[in-house]
Amino acid sequence: MNLLEMNHVQKSFDGLNVLKDISLSVKEGEVLSIIGPSGSGKTTLLRCATMLETMDAGELNYLGNKAVWNNEHGKAVYATNEQLKKIKEYYGLVFQSFHLFPHYSVIKNITDAPIHVQKKSKEEAYRTARELLKKMGLEEKENAYPYQLSGGQQQRVAIARALALNPKILFFDEPTSALDPELTGEVLKVIRSLADMHMTMVIVTHEMAFARSVSNRIIFMDQGVIAEQGTPEELFNSKNIRMKEFLGKLNEDN
Amino acid sequence: MDLNTILLELAKGMQVSIEIFAFTLIFSLPLGLVISFGRMAKNPIISTVTKFYISIMRGTPLMLQLMVVYFGPHYLFGMQLSLSYRFVAAIIGFSLNYAAYFAEIYRSGIESMPIGQYEAAKLLGYSRQQTFIKIILPQVIKRILPSITNEVITLVKDTSLVIVISVMEMFSYAREIASAQGIITPFIIAGAFYYLFNLFVAFIMEKIEKKLSYYR
Repeated sequence: MNLLEMNHVQKSFDGLNVLKDISLSVKEGEVLSIIGPSGSGKTTLLRCATMLETMDAGELNYLGNKAVWNNEHGKAVYATNEQLKKIKEYYGLVFQSFHLFPHYSVIKNITDAPIHVQKKSKEEAYRTARELLKKMGLEEKENAYPYQLSGGQQQRVAIARALALNPKILFFDEPTSALDPELTGEVLKVIRSLADMHMTMVIVTHEMAFARSVSNRIIFMDQGVIAEQGTPEELFNSKNIRMKEFLGKLNEDN
Repeated sequence: MDLNTILLELAKGMQVSIEIFAFTLIFSLPLGLVISFGRMAKNPIISTVTKFYISIMRGTPLMLQLMVVYFGPHYLFGMQLSLSYRFVAAIIGFSLNYAAYFAEIYRSGIESMPIGQYEAAKLLGYSRQQTFIKIILPQVIKRILPSITNEVITLVKDTSLVIVISVMEMFSYAREIASAQGIITPFIIAGAFYYLFNLFVAFIMEKIEKKLSYYR
């Protein structure tokens, strides 16, 4: 079954078409990377999928549950708040700049939503949180505050916080763009270990080598459309001119 | 009149000053939050009305506002006002005025919060109320505390303004004794009282700031 389906998604800001008719789907256990130049619409696509942004037209389904569909005029219609609340439990998002709650300790950042939103017991929430921190290699940091952590550590806490709600699919919005190369490595390692455990993930990234090795499928976006998609091998050997230009530029950078 | 008698007289007034101070904070701090919501409301009528309210409260003398609150009901509606209304009028006047200042301080704090905090809370499933109470407000309070301290210190000194509606607080007694006896001692004691009161306020606010400095 497709965990996520987006059909003919359109979004414009002040007359600028950022997303022009995007369709994609993600199967259970699949890792999909979205690459492309800045301004190609990758982040907007992710923000439409996670409903931080409202799309102008198109469909959005999670596990067959309709979140957004088109009315007879081809305008996007959203499900009721009650239905959306349930749908929102299917996914989590890891932000580029973490957005941890600075006034909460690491453990409280991870346990607060499970306790107060999902109404889990304190014991269960703390047990899950400690398991997650161990996976992230941060078991020593549960009482630290975000400002006491490095960027890489903060991002790993943010990943644990998202996982604590037990989402079916996890989105990453350029999870390492705010980190230096050394810290990037530790975050990518965590994402890779999640992939090894068959966590379903959609990752917007500029880390080409990482996208190539961790993904089942890659989408290359350019100027608001999916310019190319396929397996990493297909994509990195693509004859698509824009794709070649994009990869070529990256190589020059390196 | 010896020093003890003066002090005793002034002490009666100090109690009233402290009451005005305390009641004003109790009413104006929450009211200010409500007004700041109005000021930030998407509804243009609500936000315009609140903006106008704040502009009047900040743009006219507090002394005049006290007089309007106290004499207004009589001049406008011919109501007979009891003496005890003086104190009530003082609290109403102060609360309405300070709430306007507090509202703008709250607004500055709320609007300075990064949007990412709201988005993270939304993704984690917090309701709008939970997001504000648990995530936003605690951080806002930390940010605005220095500005709040400023206002609270001003309030201590402003309590002496109720003299215009003949509420007998410390400064009124001081002036009375000073003119009756032809001595300056009551004014010096009054000055010392306001100064020490504010020293105490600053001390408490610093304690709170320290308490909130466990995170950045």
